[in-house]
Amino acid sequence: MAPEPLLRVRELSIGLRRPGSDPVVLVEHANFEIAPGERFGIVGESGSGKSMTLRAVAGLLPKGVTVLSGTVEYAGRDLLTMPASKRRALMGPDIAMIFQEPMTALDPVMRVGEQIAEGPRRHLGLSRADAHALAIDMMRRTGIPDAERRARAFPHELSGGLRQRVMIAMALSCSPKVILADEPTTALDVTVQHQVLKLLERLCDELDAALVFVTHDLAVVNQTCRDLAVMYAGKIVERGPVKEVFAAPRHPYTKGLLDSAPDFDRPKRQLIPIPGFPPNLAAREPGCPFRPRCPFATPHCAAVEPPLEPVAPGRRSACFEIDRLIAEEVA
Amino acid sequence: MTTPTAALVAFKQRRAKTRSIKAWYRNGTLMSGIAIVGALVLIAVFAPVIAPYDPIEQHLSDALQPPNWQHLLGTDKFGRDVLSRLIWGARVDLRIGFLAVLIPFVFGSILGGIAGYFGGWLDTVIMRIVDIFFAFPFYVIVIALVFVLGSGEASIYLAIAAVSWVSYARIVRGEVLVAKQQDYVAAARLGGFSNARILVRHIGPNVLSQAIIYGMSDIVMDIMAIVTLGYLGLGIEPPTAEWGGMIADGQEFITTLWQQATIPGLAVVVTSLGLSLLGDGISDLISPERRK
Amino acid sequence: MSDAVLAVSDVHKHYEVGSGRNKGILKALDGVDLELRRGEILALVGESGSGKSTLAKILVGNAQATSGTVSVDSAPVGTGRRGAATRRIQMVFQDPYSSLNPRITVGSMLGELLRFHRIVPRNQVRAESIRLLNTVGLEEDALTAYPSQFSGGQRQRLAIARALAPRPDVLIADEPVSALDVSVQATILDLFARLQRDLGLSILFVAHNLAVVQHLSQRIAVMYLGRIVEVADTAELFANPRHPYTRALIDSIPRMSAESVNDPFEVEGEPPSPINLPSGCRFSPRCPLATHECTVVDPALITVGDRHGAACIKAETLGPYALSVPMKEEQ
Repeated sequence: MAPEPLLRVRELSIGLRRPGSDPVVLVEHANFEIAPGERFGIVGESGSGKSMTLRAVAGLLPKGVTVLSGTVEYAGRDLLTMPASKRRALMGPDIAMIFQEPMTALDPVMRVGEQIAEGPRRHLGLSRADAHALAIDMMRRTGIPDAERRARAFPHELSGGLRQRVMIAMALSCSPKVILADEPTTALDVTVQHQVLKLLERLCDELDAALVFVTHDLAVVNQTCRDLAVMYAGKIVERGPVKEVFAAPRHPYTKGLLDSAPDFDRPKRQLIPIPGFPPNLAAREPGCPFRPRCPFATPHCAAVEPPLEPVAPGRRSACFEIDRLIAEEVA
Repeated sequence: MTTPTAALVAFKQRRAKTRSIKAWYRNGTLMSGIAIVGALVLIAVFAPVIAPYDPIEQHLSDALQPPNWQHLLGTDKFGRDVLSRLIWGARVDLRIGFLAVLIPFVFGSILGGIAGYFGGWLDTVIMRIVDIFFAFPFYVIVIALVFVLGSGEASIYLAIAAVSWVSYARIVRGEVLVAKQQDYVAAARLGGFSNARILVRHIGPNVLSQAIIYGMSDIVMDIMAIVTLGYLGLGIEPPTAEWGGMIADGQEFITTLWQQATIPGLAVVVTSLGLSLLGDGISDLISPERRK
Repeated sequence: MSDAVLAVSDVHKHYEVGSGRNKGILKALDGVDLELRRGEILALVGESGSGKSTLAKILVGNAQATSGTVSVDSAPVGTGRRGAATRRIQMVFQDPYSSLNPRITVGSMLGELLRFHRIVPRNQVRAESIRLLNTVGLEEDALTAYPSQFSGGQRQRLAIARALAPRPDVLIADEPVSALDVSVQATILDLFARLQRDLGLSILFVAHNLAVVQHLSQRIAVMYLGRIVEVADTAELFANPRHPYTRALIDSIPRMSAESVNDPFEVEGEPPSPINLPSGCRFSPRCPLATHECTVVDPALITVGDRHGAACIKAETLGPYALSVPMKEEQ
């Protein structure tokens, strides 16, 4: 009934190697699927593992960080066990990534037009002239004014918003099927963020590309994505359609996040911060990682780690005390 | 609302984590450095006790003996015990090496700090002077200065200081330029503190680590310079035992009594090695993030 | 009139940039008038290039205004002030990781300030330091610790304690929560609200996120390219924005709940460089409502309501907020 998933992440665990001891687990048993054309958000705060998950899919894990177990299947083939050359061939025409800080993601000594054209030349085999024309076209589609002239500019000559558009143009130049976006608008001004998000949505529609959007901003996820996964301390603690999750969260962390974030449409609401601090990943304790901060925690939560299980159609949560959570909501 | 207790608990957790980073004794480089330099320092300090003979007393009748049980390394052409001279030489070379770094370190750091913090014409003037000094080859100037100033410890300090302060100035200036941008400096100014106080008390501790690390390698270079000067007959005057002088004394006997020239040379090598290891180890300790 | 503890009058700040043929004047602040009333939280909102950070720097004496005056309690304060004169206006910086000296313990940091400004007699310095720590929700243990031992949120609290040590009249908070995780932001915002309530502190809160200030501030001033373009009580500003830029700002905030009922008031492009300001109204190149008149007249703040000023010649004609406006083509 559901279309064959384009991207399927199964039991993905990522760790940071430590000499002389077990690796620090940064992401544990992540599971999710992306259908073609879907918009999927991964939400979490610092240390949640959301960026690492994305990087593992893109094959861009930093030095010292490796995949410990699990698979990342794209169109049925496991990216992690693929030969490097085959995997590289996929990056561009199939999978593309947009980074948070365009200044560090763009080559500072190469003109932006050339950078955008590089992908099509290598992956699609276009001639120099054709690739250049494609690059200008992409720049226009991403709303960069005066595209021909701007194509000759270097990254540092452009503003933050324009650089981000260049990065989007680069990512989309080979018409990928999956776009991985790692907090692409966090470093931008509010009005520019608004424009860039709309642009991303429009282009994803036009290209029928799937979008995996990593962010800490709940409102952005609400606007841009249809489904989401909430991550905490390296685990997915809740998954489901954005609107449903926000209207009725089924994990104490999700609820805490929603309660502590300013909501523009409800200004009178009292903000309730989440007490405590994120756990030290290097010294994990047994049981649920959110337990020390959870108002519903029981001794059982300290002993056994709750698995991510279905709690309603299309929704999953990793919590033993959901019933109490629901009861309090209704009250 | 985060309870103060929760803050305290997490704070203690963090403290424990920091302590584990300071497992300095696990750092191989640092430990070897400490071992070697430590041994040398002990030898130098206890020279009067360890050395079997007086290093300057001449016994011409016993001159040029090969290593034997009375003189483990033999005697030089003046009948002096080579081993004792070696041990006392450690005193001279190590002491002068450490002290010769101190003056340029202080002088250069102050000038570099002022240049970096105040900027403007002061910075330009100081840095142009630094550039001029950098243009000259180290040994050429040092030898020339010692020649002019005459032999003796004082001239060595002057000559080396005159040339090597510039490196410290550059290093510290660079560090200060970066530190100046940090918000904590703006906050210190906001606190109403004077420039002098900010430079010394607030910025100082943050910028000196690089200069210290450089200083460690500078000691090696200075010891080399002192040894070279001694070898050339400049610097430390005979009959004081000094490794460079010993190499010069011993070189005419290189085919017969090779120890007299070679062992002091070996001593220099070992000292340099130890100091380099120590410097690396301290560098790891002070600014581990830079080593990545 | 209620008394103003901080008054900014016609402040200009010009930088000379470039050399040779590319010389120009960067007008970071082009005539700013502002009043902070005693015991209130005033939010200063703007995007990059608006000049809000420059204004904050001038207020605390880190930069010198090219012209104009700043007064505290009707007494003009010069810039570049030293010693005791710095006591009255203090600042909390944006980046919690660079605003605390890594080599100075918390106790030394607070003690130094207390002694320098003679806030309390020597033998009470330690007790006062502990009191300051408690005010921001930290404990005595912190006195012997170094900043590196604290998390981002805790560091901001330390920075606030430091700012409070000299018992200032005015606190300038320069985007104090932007670098923090969402769930931690709420604690700091809460702290500011408490300081206002319990200590009667007057706070100027610089931010780029309108959702955050909506919760916290009583009045909001919106800046664009070196000028204040609108100022009003918080509720009034959001109910009845009278400057097109303010509307655009409000509309670009991503929503947590249902979509906004208003058609988004979109602006195209990016803020122009503060070096080459457009003639007439500085917002006209991007304004959907601009007419020819707007390129000629440089509007000052006109009163459009009770304590509500907007710098737009069309302010009177802008109807209630739910207004559908034709989009302007990108120039």
